This record gives sequence, structure tokens and C-alpha cells, in this order.
Amino acid sequence: MKRWLLPALLLAALVGVWQVAASTGALADVLGLEPLLVPSPAETATSLWNNSSLVAENAWVTLQEILIGFLIGLVAGLGFGLLLRPFETLRLTLHPLMVASQAIPILVFAPILVIWFDYGIGPKLAVVALVCFFPIAVATADGLRSVDPEAIKMMRTLDASRHQLLWRLEAPTALPFTFSGAKIGATFAPIAAVFGEWVGAESGLGVLIREDNAYLNTARVFAAVVVLSAMALALYGLIALIERRVVTWR
Amino acid sequence: MPTKAKEFAATKPFPSPDGTTGTGVSIRSLEHSYADLKTIDGIDLDAPAYSVLGLVGPSGCGKSTLLELISGLQDPVRGEIAIGDSTGAPGRLAHCAFMPQRDLLLPWLSAIDNAALALRNRGMRKGPARRQASELFERFGLVGFESAKPAELSGGMRQRVAFLRTLVAGKPVMALDEPFASLDAITRAEMQQWLAGALEVDPRTVVLVTHDVEEALYLCDRVAVLSARPAHVITELSAPAPRATDRDETITDPAFVAIRERALQALHEGMR
Repeated sequence: MKRWLLPALLLAALVGVWQVAASTGALADVLGLEPLLVPSPAETATSLWNNSSLVAENAWVTLQEILIGFLIGLVAGLGFGLLLRPFETLRLTLHPLMVASQAIPILVFAPILVIWFDYGIGPKLAVVALVCFFPIAVATADGLRSVDPEAIKMMRTLDASRHQLLWRLEAPTALPFTFSGAKIGATFAPIAAVFGEWVGAESGLGVLIREDNAYLNTARVFAAVVVLSAMALALYGLIALIERRVVTWR
Repeated sequence: MPTKAKEFAATKPFPSPDGTTGTGVSIRSLEHSYADLKTIDGIDLDAPAYSVLGLVGPSGCGKSTLLELISGLQDPVRGEIAIGDSTGAPGRLAHCAFMPQRDLLLPWLSAIDNAALALRNRGMRKGPARRQASELFERFGLVGFESAKPAELSGGMRQRVAFLRTLVAGKPVMALDEPFASLDAITRAEMQQWLAGALEVDPRTVVLVTHDVEEALYLCDRVAVLSARPAHVITELSAPAPRATDRDETITDPAFVAIRERALQALHEGMR
């Protein structure tokens, strides 16, 4: 109860302060802006309500990109982590490449993806997957290597094959690490999806935000941001929920 | 090689409880080193079938290495270790189960599934493996704890499950590495008596490493006192009443106390 209550109270307090600051024009004064450009929470909510079908349509596009891209990143990250475990040389060879994959400036790379793969869902999935892949792969690989060497000896004298060693000892040991990586990936995914859309897309919250920005429709920008945050929070919560169900020994 | 055959034939099997010959352990002129550091310097030891051999020695003398060599987890630099007729590491690994210092129960498995690990590794299905392990839970006073997770068990209980896991592997030889070192004195005494009883019910050839002279002399038939690194055998002692039913009476017996003094003296000698 306390876990939810305190953050909820804090959020409510922040929204309240913002409402007062924005509706009295104080916030706009401080920022030196037209009050029109600084929407209050109430105006944001009204905009969300009035444009619900438009926001929902675009949110659905973005949600698909987030979920599918995240799943691709998850599968690739898991596969990489697991694959590299038995092959030390391969791990040492590919590890720098994995780090390099994360060092790619997505800001520069995303437009190229759009040139290569057109305006469809492809480039967005690639950006989301790329962003999620790294934390999951690194966490999984580290988790697999964190196995107690004494436990490996114990399993060997209990006639475990290499395969059984992996599935009965190493994989469960790595699982909490993988979940941590997945949670980090989940917080990056919505940003990556919106960025992919920003560069070039026909629909999605990123497109909506960019257009509304151009027309100074700030209330709807805020509405879209709220929806986007809610999706990120939901994805994180879902992973945390699955983790609590699966990793019961921690 | 006829000479070697004769040497190993000298390892007379104990009269076994069920009339079978059993499998003993025999170590000949064993030497081992890590890089340039010599850890074991010429050890000859025998553990006849169904006997318990104790190894005591100062910390860091290479006792644990010796157990790993016996278990077939690695091969010695020089010399030979035979478990029954098997002298190669894979053969030893097949005949010896190793119980590490810490219980290392897998926290995601229940007590019964931890105990049944070896059976599952050999391809037995979950149901039959659990049934076979639960039989031992009954025989060794662990009934009711089958589905408990390791985190819910006390230190002594965890150690019992870890021992059963080693026992369920069904191997003729067990290598126990300071199995009770992490327990408090009262629990440890209780566990020693429990282990004595367990070996009465299900006898195996055991090599037991410990730093506790009293524990070694109570649980083992013979105790080898090892020197500081590089380890060699200073003396071998026969225990007066191995695994006697009344532990407290046994360890306060004058004969026991006298031999404990000798063991401690040898231990001090070896540390110099």
C-alpha cells in the first residue's frame, strides 16, 4: 500500500502545484511566455478528452512499435547472452561490437534507417530493438558469468552435462540480471519509438507531437507525453510483475 | 603393469554390510602444484570400501584441492588416485560425489528437487526422481520439508539436504569438504551424530575434510593429519570408537581424549 501511496501523493502534489502555477499565469510569467503556451493539467486533460480517438490511434501505432521492438531486442539480447556463454573467444570477440552497437548515435542513425527502410514500421522497430538489445544482452552475459564456481563443481560431480549445467544452474542464476536489463530497456523503448517516428513516419505519437509543436498546440503535446509516459510505466510495471512471479527466490 | 596392480590389490575392501565388495579410494605418491606453487607433496593414503577417512590440517594446506583431485574435478600433476579400478579423472568423477563447504542448494528449487538433482541430471523424470528422493527424506528425518525452499530452512537442515543430495547421487564414494564448518557448535554436534547415523543406514566410502580434530576422530575410522603447504601426511591415527551412538560419551572417553591430544600435537608439528 505504502509503495503506491507515497508516489501517488507526490504526483498529485506536483500536478496540483503545476495546475495553480499554470492557471494563474505565474508559470508563464516566470518562463517569460504567453500563457497560451503553458497548458495546465486541466487543459491537458481536456485536450486528451477532446482528442481521445486521435491520440488513441497514434498511441496504438507507437505501442506496437514499442512492444514488437522490445521483444526483438529481448530475443536478440537473450540469444546473444546465452550464445556467448559457452564460447569464451566468441564473447571476447563480440563484446566490443556489442558496446559499439550502443555507442551508435541513434540521432544520426535513425534518419539513415528511414532512407534504407522507408517510412513503415521497420526503422522504428530497428531503433527500439537496438536500444533494448544492449542492456539485456550485457545483463544476461554478466548474470551467466556470476555463477558460483563451487556450484559448477557440485553439479559436475552430480553428473550434469554442459547443457544441464546451463539450464539447471546458469540460466536461473542469470534470470534476475536479465530482468534488470529488460527493465532498463523498457524505459528506453518509448523514447526510441518516438524518435524513430520523429525522423519519418505517417502516424504515431512522435508524429503527433511534432505536428502539434509546429502549430503551438501545446496542450495536445502534453497529452501525448502523458500517454507516452503511461505506456512506459505500464511496460515497466508488467516486466516487474512477471519478475515477481518468476523470480520467487529473491 | 603388474606392480601397480599389486599396489591397488593391497587396498583390502572392508567387509561390506550387504555382502558386496564396494569401492575404495587409493592415493599413491600424489603431487600437485598451481603454476610454481607446490600444494601437495607426496601423499599416500587409503580409504578401504565403506570406511571413512578423515583429513585434518591447517587452513590453506591443500585439503580442498586433495578432495577435488579425488573427485575427478581435476587431475594431479604427478602420482595416481584410484577409485575402485578407475584412475582417470572422468572415471573418478563417475564414482565420486562431492559435497562442497557451503550447501549451495539451488534457491529456485524445493528441498526435494535439490536432493534429486543427480537423478534429474541422469535423465530421470521429475515424478520418479522425487519419489526416490522422498524415500531418503523419510529415512533421514526430513519428512515435511520436501517442498520447502532452501531460504526457509535452518543451517542444519540445509546441510542435511545438501548431504542427501550427495547421497542420492548413489555413488560409492563421497567427498565431503568441511560439511559442518559453517554451523554453530551445538548444531554441529547434532549434525555429526546425524551423519554417523546416516552412514550406519547407508554406508559409503567417505573422504571427509575438516579442520575440527574432534569431528574427524568421532566420524572417521582413520584420520590423516596433514602438514601446512605443501601438504604431506604427518601421521595417521585410528579412531577408538568411530560413529559411536553416544557422541558425548565417546568424545569424553580417556582413550578418545588421548588420541585427540596426539592429533593436535601432530597438527602443531606440521604447522612449523
